[in-house]
Amino acid sequence: MAYAHSDGSVAAGPAAQAMPMAVKILIAGGFGVGKTTMVGSVSEVEPLRTEELITAESIGVDDLSGVENKNTTTVALDFGRITLSENLILYLFGTPGQDRFWFVWDELALGALGAVVLVDTRRLEDSFPSIDYFEKRGMPFIVAVNCFDGARIYDPKDIRIALDLDDDVVVMLCDARDRESTKQVLITFVEDLIRRLHHNPPPAWSSHSPI
Amino acid sequence: MTRPWHGDDGPDEALVRPYAMTHGRTRSSSDFDLITLVVAARPPRPEETWEPEHLLILELARHPISVAELAARANLPAGVVRVLLDDLRSRGALMVRATTHQQQSTPSLTILKAVADGLRAL
Repeated sequence: MAYAHSDGSVAAGPAAQAMPMAVKILIAGGFGVGKTTMVGSVSEVEPLRTEELITAESIGVDDLSGVENKNTTTVALDFGRITLSENLILYLFGTPGQDRFWFVWDELALGALGAVVLVDTRRLEDSFPSIDYFEKRGMPFIVAVNCFDGARIYDPKDIRIALDLDDDVVVMLCDARDRESTKQVLITFVEDLIRRLHHNPPPAWSSHSPI
Repeated sequence: MTRPWHGDDGPDEALVRPYAMTHGRTRSSSDFDLITLVVAARPPRPEETWEPEHLLILELARHPISVAELAARANLPAGVVRVLLDDLRSRGALMVRATTHQQQSTPSLTILKAVADGLRAL
């Protein structure tokens, strides 16, 4: 039979071998920093939105303050797709803006290559939760500073200091609206991963787990 | 569950209804990641009884498609899609491509280089 194995592991048969492989990179950062803009600038489809249904048990009832009388709520996830070759697809997922949905981050982070943390220099502190999250899990990330119109351009070195980043974390400037700029951010991220794999096998992100 | 399944315009209607399609099941037995790719293994058979949402998923999955895209295009929560995919797979109507992290704990250099090359060629 050409169907999937009943245990759901790798499918067998000719059709299954034609199935592409999928990888994902997270686009993280504070609310309004341009995550969905970045996804859309390079995605081959308009950014899509999927919703995860959240039950109160998932996050503790207290965390649903503001949505009283509901024991479920939804978290919207915006994502885009880039077909890199006939057998390789890259998905970009924007992380949810609300920090209280950390367990959604855990699911998003599972199996991700890592993350691009998008930063607005006018609201640096908005990126702290994202950076903390990836640092604590040993997940690879780079910092991309979105150069908004009118925002003062800082030296990446100063931003590194302001964000208290380790020396080996790449910091670069970008324009999240611009396809070429976003491409360059993603290429830089993957090249950094390759560098880490060469210098430090096995990579740290194999051990990431919920805190 | 004491709430009505089909309220008039109750605030929870949109939240409750999706899981009516799954007969109240909220958990899938399996391991569907948001980027797990699936493809229809065969057309639905006349003797099979599927919900309309199962048929919609089979239609959308004529070509390999991720769980996240299925959820977005079918306008269903990802959790609902996972349950429906379980149904389809258990009856041999669906094939699943395990994601890389299910096969190995770290991405291989080969995959990373292919990603970098693919991005440069865009």
